[in-house]
Amino acid sequence: MKFSRILGTGSYLPARVVTNADLESIVDTTDDWIRERTGIERRHLVSEGESCCDLAEVASWRALEAAGLVASDIDLILVATTTPDQFFPSTACLLQQRLDIHGCPAFDLQAVCAGFVYAMDVADKYIRIGAAEKVLVVGSETFSRVLDWNDRTTCVLFGDGAGAVVLGAADEPGIISSHIHADGAYKDLLQIPGGHGNGRPDEAFVEMRGNEVFRFAVTTLGRIVDETLEANGLTRADIDWLIPHQANIRIIQATARKLDLPMERVIVTVKDHGNTSSASIPLALDQAVRDGRIQRGETLLMEAFGGGFTWGSVLVKY
Amino acid sequence: MSSVVDRVRKIVVEQLGVKEEEVTLEASFVDDLGADSLDTVELVMALEEEFETEIPDEDAEKITTVQQAIDYINAHQA
Repeated sequence: MKFSRILGTGSYLPARVVTNADLESIVDTTDDWIRERTGIERRHLVSEGESCCDLAEVASWRALEAAGLVASDIDLILVATTTPDQFFPSTACLLQQRLDIHGCPAFDLQAVCAGFVYAMDVADKYIRIGAAEKVLVVGSETFSRVLDWNDRTTCVLFGDGAGAVVLGAADEPGIISSHIHADGAYKDLLQIPGGHGNGRPDEAFVEMRGNEVFRFAVTTLGRIVDETLEANGLTRADIDWLIPHQANIRIIQATARKLDLPMERVIVTVKDHGNTSSASIPLALDQAVRDGRIQRGETLLMEAFGGGFTWGSVLVKY
Repeated sequence: MSSVVDRVRKIVVEQLGVKEEEVTLEASFVDDLGADSLDTVELVMALEEEFETEIPDEDAEKITTVQQAIDYINAHQA
């Protein structure tokens, strides 16, 4: 029986930091309002000329280094992103060129904020069936480029960044299980309505019905946590660390409460990163691995919820 | 078994972190008890859990006072 395990992690945040106070001069908002409702204090945003693939590249080199591998060891590249550099080639192909890798399959995967969890699910399956040995899984986003900077209910929520993980084949897990779901019936609650496919490229900005998304997210994340534990015959006490998608501190707190997990066992970056969509989990994971909180052998539960709706979880023995 | 009134008031105290005496029947969650938009969403979810009922979004929006919450529960409880 083959499994996949995390060999190394890496991440990158653009240098430019925008605080809530900075946003007060752009839109009608206040530091207090943003903090109370979201827990966000600052976020990193790309500068002119900086792209989604630029962020992905730095995160990838760092993950390869942490894994003790060279780029040519990689035999599958998956990039979860909603903000690709170009319509095509995929960001995964652009990244492949930067890493000087030739010939291995490379593709993007789009499940918005649940993108990284989706990509981990796919990578794990490729490894389990023997179709790949070493997979580079990246979540990279430049959401600042698809925000309506006049909409104070959404533009304050997001940040840019990238996180990467190298997965490798192993005799034991690793990834214990992954669970992904979607329900397109909720497509209108959280969306970028325009695109080239529907002939409305000018409407390419995030729209969200915040309260409804919040409610559905809390309920659904509670359910996915239970589903993940049940599938593995585990209890809440078996989880060492919760690594949630970083959308909003109050969604994170509600999920931790359902798990009876004290906030000290939850990796939280939303205060400093905002919502970086598919990048938020690998960013949080890498931060906690590098600062020594997460140790080999510990059990990690990653969970995410995004537009679609899409949602999912990954249970990992690190 | 405590009454619907007591159970609703207890949830309001827990969710909004206010004192019991502040939770009068007329009290408005936003205007009197300092709730923000997400607090009211969380409050509705706590009511759903306590009373094992589902409160649709369009009904949830109309529950703005303690009395309205009690009335809703009384009208929709099996």
